[in-house]
Amino acid sequence: MIHSLFLVNSSGDIFLEKHWKSVVSRSVCDYFFEAQERASEPENVPPVIPTPHHYLISVLRHRIYFVAVIQSEVPPLFVIEFLHRVVDTFQDYFGVCTEAAIKDNVVVVYELLEEMLDNGFPLATESNILKELIKPPTILRTVVNTITGSTNVGEQLPTGQLSVVPWRRTGVKYTNNEAYFDVVEEIDAIIDKSGSTITAEIQGVIDACVKLTGMPDLTLSFMNPRLLDDVSFHPCVRFKRWEAERILSFIPPDGNFRLLSYHVSSQNLHPLRSASLVAIPVYVKHNITFREGSSQGRFELTLGPKQTMGKGVEAVLVSSQLPRGVLNTNLNPTQGTYTFDPVTKLLSWDVGKINPQKLPSLKGSMSLQAGASKPDENPTINIQFKIQQSALSGLKVNRLDMYGEKYKPFKGIKYMTKAGKFQVRT
Amino acid sequence: KYECFLLKNSDGFVPTEQDPEKLLSTTDIHDDLKEMLDSNKDSLKLEAMKRIVAMIARGKNASDLFPAVVKNVACKNIEVKKLVYVYLVRYAEEQQDLALLSISTFQRGLKDPNQLIRASALRVLSSIRVTIIVPIMMLAIKEAASDMSPYVRKTAAHAIPKLYSLDPEQKDCLIEVIEKLLADKTTLVAGSVVMAFEEVCPERIDLIHKNYRKLCNLLIDVEEWGQVVIINMLTRYARTQFLNPNMNVSTAGPHILYKEEKEKKKTEATAIVRRKPYVMDPDHRLLLRNTKPLLQSRNAAVVMAVAQLYFHLAPKAEVGVIAKALVRLMRSHSEVQYVVLQNVATMSIKRRGMFEPYLKSFYIRSTDPTQIKVLKLEVLTNLANETNISTILREFQTYIKSNDKDFVAATIQAIGRCATNIGEVRDTCLNGLVQLLSNRDELVVAESVVVIKKLLQMQPEQHSDIIKHMAKLTDNIQVPMARASILWLIGEYCEHVPKIAPDVLRKMAKTFTNEEDIVKLQIINLAAKLYLTNSKQTKLLTQYVLNLAKYDQNYDIRDRARFIRQLIVPTDKSGALSKYAKKLFLALKPAPVLESPFKDRDHFQLGSLSHLLNAKAGGYQVLPDWPEAAPDPSVRNVEVPEWTKCSSREKRKEKKADKPFYSDSEGESGPTESADSASDTASGSESGSGSEESGSGSESEESNEESESASEEDEEEEGKKKKKNVEKIKARKPVPESVQMFATICKPAWLNMQFLLNPLPVSVPQTIVPSGNLKTYELLHRITGEGLSVEYCFSRQPFSPDPHMVAVKIQFTNSATSEAKSLHVEDAKLQSGMRIKEFPEIEVLPAGETVSVVMGIDFCDSTQAANFQLCTHTRKFFVSIQPPVGELMMPIFMTENEFKKEQGQLMGMNEITEKLTLEEKCQGEHAIVQRVTTAANLSRVPCGSDKEFAGKTVTSGSLVLVSVVTKENGAAQLTVNCEKMVIGTMLVKDILQALTQ
Repeated sequence: MIHSLFLVNSSGDIFLEKHWKSVVSRSVCDYFFEAQERASEPENVPPVIPTPHHYLISVLRHRIYFVAVIQSEVPPLFVIEFLHRVVDTFQDYFGVCTEAAIKDNVVVVYELLEEMLDNGFPLATESNILKELIKPPTILRTVVNTITGSTNVGEQLPTGQLSVVPWRRTGVKYTNNEAYFDVVEEIDAIIDKSGSTITAEIQGVIDACVKLTGMPDLTLSFMNPRLLDDVSFHPCVRFKRWEAERILSFIPPDGNFRLLSYHVSSQNLHPLRSASLVAIPVYVKHNITFREGSSQGRFELTLGPKQTMGKGVEAVLVSSQLPRGVLNTNLNPTQGTYTFDPVTKLLSWDVGKINPQKLPSLKGSMSLQAGASKPDENPTINIQFKIQQSALSGLKVNRLDMYGEKYKPFKGIKYMTKAGKFQVRT
Repeated sequence: KYECFLLKNSDGFVPTEQDPEKLLSTTDIHDDLKEMLDSNKDSLKLEAMKRIVAMIARGKNASDLFPAVVKNVACKNIEVKKLVYVYLVRYAEEQQDLALLSISTFQRGLKDPNQLIRASALRVLSSIRVTIIVPIMMLAIKEAASDMSPYVRKTAAHAIPKLYSLDPEQKDCLIEVIEKLLADKTTLVAGSVVMAFEEVCPERIDLIHKNYRKLCNLLIDVEEWGQVVIINMLTRYARTQFLNPNMNVSTAGPHILYKEEKEKKKTEATAIVRRKPYVMDPDHRLLLRNTKPLLQSRNAAVVMAVAQLYFHLAPKAEVGVIAKALVRLMRSHSEVQYVVLQNVATMSIKRRGMFEPYLKSFYIRSTDPTQIKVLKLEVLTNLANETNISTILREFQTYIKSNDKDFVAATIQAIGRCATNIGEVRDTCLNGLVQLLSNRDELVVAESVVVIKKLLQMQPEQHSDIIKHMAKLTDNIQVPMARASILWLIGEYCEHVPKIAPDVLRKMAKTFTNEEDIVKLQIINLAAKLYLTNSKQTKLLTQYVLNLAKYDQNYDIRDRARFIRQLIVPTDKSGALSKYAKKLFLALKPAPVLESPFKDRDHFQLGSLSHLLNAKAGGYQVLPDWPEAAPDPSVRNVEVPEWTKCSSREKRKEKKADKPFYSDSEGESGPTESADSASDTASGSESGSGSEESGSGSESEESNEESESASEEDEEEEGKKKKKNVEKIKARKPVPESVQMFATICKPAWLNMQFLLNPLPVSVPQTIVPSGNLKTYELLHRITGEGLSVEYCFSRQPFSPDPHMVAVKIQFTNSATSEAKSLHVEDAKLQSGMRIKEFPEIEVLPAGETVSVVMGIDFCDSTQAANFQLCTHTRKFFVSIQPPVGELMMPIFMTENEFKKEQGQLMGMNEITEKLTLEEKCQGEHAIVQRVTTAANLSRVPCGSDKEFAGKTVTSGSLVLVSVVTKENGAAQLTVNCEKMVIGTMLVKDILQALTQ
């Protein structure tokens, strides 16, 4: 399946290669570089590139291209999903997935890749199994290893692969037993010129950090499981139980993992009503105009909270790609700071918290290229924000129970709402 | 040496071309590493290996170190060893002779008692691409394929494609191994062996028959990557074995092709010939049912695989379920989006209705990468119909204002396609596009021109003003394609613009030499057409243009000019053709159909690389067409071992007595259908119980076997055999649990017979422990209860009002001086799903008296306590009853063979094994049986050689199987198989405690 893997950095150097079958010359990447040149933006490189003898399937993460070489028919998503899993594993191991981190840990990277694929077919991709095989490098361990000459490779033979619950390590022990769950929702929305909602949907995840001794069996139930009709699960979740009782029952992996992700669209919130009923937490009043024949444009933007369930809107960041004709801006924010990059024409305004009594606004003028005609495109405004302690869809965890172990774990649940792809058209 | 060492040290991570390595000759550097590898210290070896691996990672050649590295293949240090393996696999191909030195190490490893070492030895051995060791590899694979450990067998499956690519001659031998491994029942092996099957012998579909049902049933427990491979393979399999579920359903949409229609007629015709309504093969249904939950997988590849399976195999009415899952994937990384959108684009042409509810999910954001935007546009265009077109066009209007010009161009084309497909909006679109002609961006204008040209061809008469408007554009617009389009339009409809056309030709003749080739060709075209319609004004111009073209650099243009001159300019030699010149040039041309590039792409299996590229990739297996008539479905029948047949025959007798008319009605109503519904209910009840995923094994497999036989019967002639057949069908019918219980309770004669034959004095009644031995628990102490003390015990009798409840016997003793009145239960605080059946109120309990009542509690198969209030006429007491896990089950009767079979189906996650040392007093068989049955409400399997116990949970009826295998010196092994893992785990603990204390 996957023949070889090349890691290419943003300047076009191949800085790591790994082959699972016979060696494929790195010159195969030339086809990739060609495609890269043709693409206007880095993310416009086609994920699948056919070459005379091979196919290149690539993903771009953290400004590194992971280019897999394929020789024959294989579902492209299979490879893409696997490459993303590789990146996730690196991130898990090294904290960040940068070129420097990969180069510093090249031996661990190689050992990981060796375990993850056998003859190009995925072998062990569960983080818990990998960590049993190869211990992640920490500063302490690096120091100890240098002094004592011990290694990162697990001394014990990995039993996880043989276990009935392959995602969990055996013999886990903690002095403080704790289980934390973060319910994070992102709202994706497109708001049109007049302020009405074109689409709005919520993408939620429940991320867990479980540090429990032994083999705990957890059940998590919701106050309103009705909301969750479009979900995907970590393999540990017992699907049948969910189908029957709408309870999440699972033996958790050790450490951090994504328990479930869900999608709440306007349809499943209110089956018969329109999209505008997903609560939109902020509104934007805007007035961006260019006049024909004048070298000035007006820019006015005011933000305000809308349906926030009584919680404050924080970490607000507004960004907008202004038309190419704009030379510079002269704007006054009532709070926060704004920057305008005359090269990329990117305006960004770090607002901070929205105070409902004194709404933040950004007003002023834009200077246009003299003599040029007025730009005919209108900029889109992208907004980011956070609302702590609430999940926009109203999803609430009812209770978490543990079976199979005797101790009393510490349990915690946190809610947060964020803006996902939140766009306002002008 | 020292200096060299330093340089080498820094080298590991410097990617620049000016490597310090290059400054020195390579041999020097490597001498240093060799020395380190030869040293006695593991730390030095490790350091050397790390640097070598870093070199390999950067693509540097380290092959000359081969001898020095291979020596360390048997190194004690695990990390060194692993890195040596990495090196070996990388360079063995280049250094074949030296690589042989390492083989003996691996051969030794293959015999290691530890399964992980065996597996790893096989893995490395099979990765060494040296042809000489092919026989050794073959032998190793064969041996590993029958290894005890499923992990080693998995590794063997992985090794098969490696050997095959090394030596395709071995195919036949390898197929044998694949056949053997396909029969493996563990989830660990399933994915890997199907992978090997796909690489080595995808055409041997016959190998799948016997394993088909097993693969379907195992699927949900296979690891995610294996799931993808299995699902894709099963899609192909199903296309060869089952009938098209949509063949009776009209697939006619608005855009039905002639070809499709023909095909449809053909299938309809065959349907009429057979005169049989379509009934889905139960195996087909099994596949659809067992893959559906995987739409919830976190792995996009799995979701896509299920989606394509449904698209290719499901009845039209059921395909809809995949839309939601695919739309969900669009939130993922942009590469995932890209692939998913490509597939959605293809699907949305065939089944538009499926994605219509999700229209808004395909709206475009300014931050999407261009390639995603274009694909979303494609989908939006495919989804457009009369009802939603106004919304879509409004959306398109916003897109036209984007500053991503490639995207704007794509939008204009999309508008064009909407306009051709939906007649109502054609004029609106055309007006919109004409407005775009005054756009400042040339690309936008050019694209609009091209699209307008296509639209105008549909009804040119009404739009001569638009043609005039476009004629004016020739002065400004520079994009060749647009210029060519305008010229073609004017030429084609020169009769609508008789005044302007010659003038345009005049201007064009002036700039002819500077035009692009496509424009030149259209100028010639225009000239020819004008010459034919208006030769008076344009004769000279035409000749001028043709003369220019005659000396053009491009031979196409020269050829065209020569051809046209001969055709239109009358000379004495001009042949018969010139008479028809006008007909040739000004024939009515059919309007172009603007088609999606994704049309008909679904002849490639969706989700495949070939589909994405719209070209056959190497190794692509064509998705076969549905067969006209289904091949024999009995090939999938798995031989039912003798014992099940026997026992089920007995059961049948009972059933017959129970329901004498069952058979007749079934015989009429079509056996397949009823069989299908039977298996449906089986799985339904199972999911209702909230059991483990893998649970599906037992019941559904059984039911399929029988439904299989039912459809088999279907094939056979009706009439003379009918009666007999019906009987057979019944024989294999899965016996509902209630009937099974009935069998246990009534103990028919044959059962007793068996007991008589059995020399051991064990039988079912023994498991019902006399109530005197039951452990009692305190519910309310005498002091807290103010003289009223309450105890309870689990009576282990069936609770007759509700068989899903555990019977709890409660004993009240009034040791107070006064009588207690109206004792009853109130205000039960129960976990969700739990239920209580209260005991009837005790009106009076005189002082010093004792009374017992029985209440039923449905614990929902959990050991959570049932909390409630116990009330007297004066007081209320909070009490709770917590059941030990052993009380949550009730015994069932099972033969040893049945036990073995059920146990075989509850493997993997559902099996828990513990080793233990029996306590001295408890080494006798009787003692063990005694202790186990005290700890858990199970019955011993009669005539078993081992000590086996069976029961089922009270609420959901999940099987609980326990076996204790004793060895010498009091060592023993305890195995518990239960679908409910929690129950299984807890039960193991309890029984362990009972046996060891």
